[in-house]
Amino acid sequence: MTPTPVSPASPGAGPAPTTTEAPALHAAALALGDDALVLSHRLGEWAGHAPVLEEEVALANIALDLLGQARVLLSLAGDEDELAYLREERAFRNLQLVEQPNGDFAHTIARQLYFSVYQTLLYGQLADTDSLLAPLAAKAVKEVAYHQDHAEQWTLRLGDGTAESHERMRRGLDALWRFTGEMFQPVPGLDLDWQGMREQWTARVTEVIEKATLSVPEGPQSGAWTAGAGREGLHTESFGRMLAEMQHLHRSHPGASW
Amino acid sequence: MSSSTEWPLWEVFVRSRRGLSHTHAGSLHAPDAEMALRNARDLYTRRNEGVSIWVVPSTQITASSPDEKDSFFDPSADKPYRHPTFYDIPEGVKHL
Repeated sequence: MTPTPVSPASPGAGPAPTTTEAPALHAAALALGDDALVLSHRLGEWAGHAPVLEEEVALANIALDLLGQARVLLSLAGDEDELAYLREERAFRNLQLVEQPNGDFAHTIARQLYFSVYQTLLYGQLADTDSLLAPLAAKAVKEVAYHQDHAEQWTLRLGDGTAESHERMRRGLDALWRFTGEMFQPVPGLDLDWQGMREQWTARVTEVIEKATLSVPEGPQSGAWTAGAGREGLHTESFGRMLAEMQHLHRSHPGASW
Repeated sequence: MSSSTEWPLWEVFVRSRRGLSHTHAGSLHAPDAEMALRNARDLYTRRNEGVSIWVVPSTQITASSPDEKDSFFDPSADKPYRHPTFYDIPEGVKHL
């Protein structure tokens, strides 16, 4: 095929992405898409196991919202199925927070609280930019605002509930605290106010936790070796097992369809 | 009877669009009214069904007894003048 020289002024070509913009956008879409995909899978694991039927539906709803976001984002970064099912652990760019196992219900709610407040702030900011991800963010911010409400309502009820639920909620918040620092490391390709996001996140999470008669965990938000690790492809022990389960069918029957 | 550790039952009423009444959609379990609203949103309004939701504790509903059905409802069956069947409905009138 003869290469055709493309004039930048050719009519109908539209604004071509600059060479520096495209890879950065892919990386950003991959990071946010992997967050959504991995958390969606974790929440899906509650199907058939949730404490009550109504809550199972609620968690599945949230998981499906996230899966929808993941599909759009991963399609921007490449082929969605290849990215989801054929990448190795080290190629995933999700935060370590979202890959953490479900634990008990309070543990899952703690993970939801930390992540959904972050996601609401992130998509809220992103929607106001001229990034190619802005339309997705504008649509998703309504979904994740509901996820945040769900997590906050449960944090209040578990924290201010029985002695048992209070203790379990405290344990969940404490255990996951060290994974929250990574959220505010700037993602290349996203021109956002990360420091402002951290301040708003801390204010909101503190407000909810204290209203739930609990206290904000002490200690650093990131352990020494975990800082920024998920975004660089370093993941925690349980992530490999989760991936094996998620990818098993596709890898065993390549190209299979229903 | 439900045991005391089970969440109470709530009846859900959904208004599908403005101008229509709330209609009974079903029931669900929830620990309190706020969570019942959220569960109702997840269970009954996933496909654009609603603009407004009411939840009512099932225990607060007083129902007519099926055993008294005859005395309750039959007496009105043979009084055709109670039904608006003697009027021509003008064209363009909806919801009648």
